[in-house]
Amino acid sequence: MNKTKFGQFGGQYVPETIMNALHELEAAYRHYQNDPEFLEEYGYYLKQYVGRPSPLYFAEGLTKRLGGAKIYLKREDLNHTGAHKINNVMGQLLLAKRMGKTKVIAETGAGQHGVATATGAALLGMECTVFMGEEDIERQALNVFRMELLGAIVEPVNSGTKTLKDATNEAIRAWIHRVEDTFYVIGSVVGPAPYPEMVRDFQKVIGEEARKQLLEAEGCLPDAIIACVGGGSNAMGIFHAFMADEAVELIGVEGAGKGIETGLHAAAIAEGKVGVLHGMKTFLLQDQQGNITPAYSVSAGLDYPGIGPEHAALHEQQRANYVSVTDDEAIDALNALCLSDGILPALESAHAIAYVMKLAPTMSADQILVVNLSGRGDKDVHTIAAYKKGELQ
Amino acid sequence: MNRIDKTFQALRAEGKKALITYVVAGDPGLKQTVDLVLAKAQAGADIVELGIPFSDPLADGAVIQAAAQRSLNRGTTIDGVFDAVRGIRTQSQVPLVFLVYYNTVLAYGREAFLGECKETGVDGLIIPDLPYEEREEMVALMDESVHLITLVAPTSEQRIEKLVRDAKGFVYCISTLGITGGGAGFFSGLEAFLAKVKSQTETPIAVGFGITKKEQVKPLLPMVDGVIMGSKIVDVIHQSQGDSAELDAFVRSIKIEFE
Repeated sequence: MNKTKFGQFGGQYVPETIMNALHELEAAYRHYQNDPEFLEEYGYYLKQYVGRPSPLYFAEGLTKRLGGAKIYLKREDLNHTGAHKINNVMGQLLLAKRMGKTKVIAETGAGQHGVATATGAALLGMECTVFMGEEDIERQALNVFRMELLGAIVEPVNSGTKTLKDATNEAIRAWIHRVEDTFYVIGSVVGPAPYPEMVRDFQKVIGEEARKQLLEAEGCLPDAIIACVGGGSNAMGIFHAFMADEAVELIGVEGAGKGIETGLHAAAIAEGKVGVLHGMKTFLLQDQQGNITPAYSVSAGLDYPGIGPEHAALHEQQRANYVSVTDDEAIDALNALCLSDGILPALESAHAIAYVMKLAPTMSADQILVVNLSGRGDKDVHTIAAYKKGELQ
Repeated sequence: MNRIDKTFQALRAEGKKALITYVVAGDPGLKQTVDLVLAKAQAGADIVELGIPFSDPLADGAVIQAAAQRSLNRGTTIDGVFDAVRGIRTQSQVPLVFLVYYNTVLAYGREAFLGECKETGVDGLIIPDLPYEEREEMVALMDESVHLITLVAPTSEQRIEKLVRDAKGFVYCISTLGITGGGAGFFSGLEAFLAKVKSQTETPIAVGFGITKKEQVKPLLPMVDGVIMGSKIVDVIHQSQGDSAELDAFVRSIKIEFE
């Protein structure tokens, strides 16, 4: 039972009403995480429905352009629904089904996790409600429509900052209310235990595949793994398989928004203090009174004032290194990858590319970087267009 | 002796039950908070819960969320709330219990926060996001001067015994599946739930969440040692723009049910 923390981080800081539900989830997860039948079913959907394994693509154009380390992209953008989110959703929904739950709820920021949950729920015949901040509903109208097409109910949240943080509060409140028949599908490595560990486990396939694919392609391990970090699920997913390979540097890239010094950013590790939100102890953007301050990033998926507790622990142990890049740098990187390799990355993933553009030229041609290209950018074209026109505040 | 314990002891001796009411500190302003708490105490509130506003109150419904937001917008600080407690203590010894989210305590510093509670005269803490599994990190720092109040929910079931084993002050029994302010209605097995909690502890038990009408009070009294009214009081305060006389009248109308 003491497996709820990563060092001092994580835990189960939630109201008593949902403690039994968490224990029930934990017990079910412990039972099924090594159950061959469950893993076979999960593996079947990852292969036949999600389209795994995703390729590890040698980005010839970007490598040439930057003139340093060889760059490989783990193509999570090619998954069904366009991002890594579906890996986790399939795992949690199959678990929910085994637990006899017929209704699911989820929170969403940009809408990617909401779309993935609505997709999985449609596939498995479950009733799905997605909580989404009113601000995000406006910014991501297309994803709202997609969720509705998939039969989900999108519940607008108008409290607080009307974004992901508040959608998460509202999803937890709804879970407190409906805990007896409802499964809460959390979209990142955040929330109370066992979610951070469970979500990581449902994403670790990314790193396991990448490790094997790179060994096949190059016969060696990479010098560094790079992934963007909002809550941090795509990063934990690719980091996990390399955790024991101490020579492999793990780099998480936070959203620096308009620049750390402006206060308009989402860099919870760079600027946050240890606190408790959404059931976990971790680094949080907060004021002196402990009130959570709004995160900002051009990428709605990085726009979260906290970070998964395992990342907080990896930061404290200095096993992983956390850096940040600005909106401008991310947009430049997005443009660069479009032109160099014909790949339109999600704005989130463009943050990882932006850091690669700084790092790769400082490295030699026999060194290797693996980047988690966590999602595709189709969902972001309106945002990018507005940004280029200077319409974004 | 802690004021909460003293109050329940005195009530028990008279065969009476406690009326516990809630107020969000700083809504509509901290100065009014002092007056409102004093008015409640005069009108018959036996214990007062003082909510410290937090940006993300995940156990609270719309009414208290909105009140907390109004308070924060006015610039309410933790030190400001402690000052209000000092103000109350110059005129009243009504037991005061903070309803505070854990991040507020962490941001202030746990030792410093408890030190201020002790010094200003706060008798108990309700921390809704610090369940049994995590409470040791607070309990280890506490003594009898401030009680960490135990919350028990309809879903607690087999956990009840361990939750209430070392309960101090009173046990807070949550009457609904849901958040503050009700809407969900009482949990259908409420009577059995309260009886079960009662049978497992000598500590007084109080019931709250979703009690909005005085008609709800009387049927509950035989089963508990106290009744907690939160969102409804916050609403009365908001509707009257913090008028002490209106609050006084409302609390008196509830208190009649206790006679």
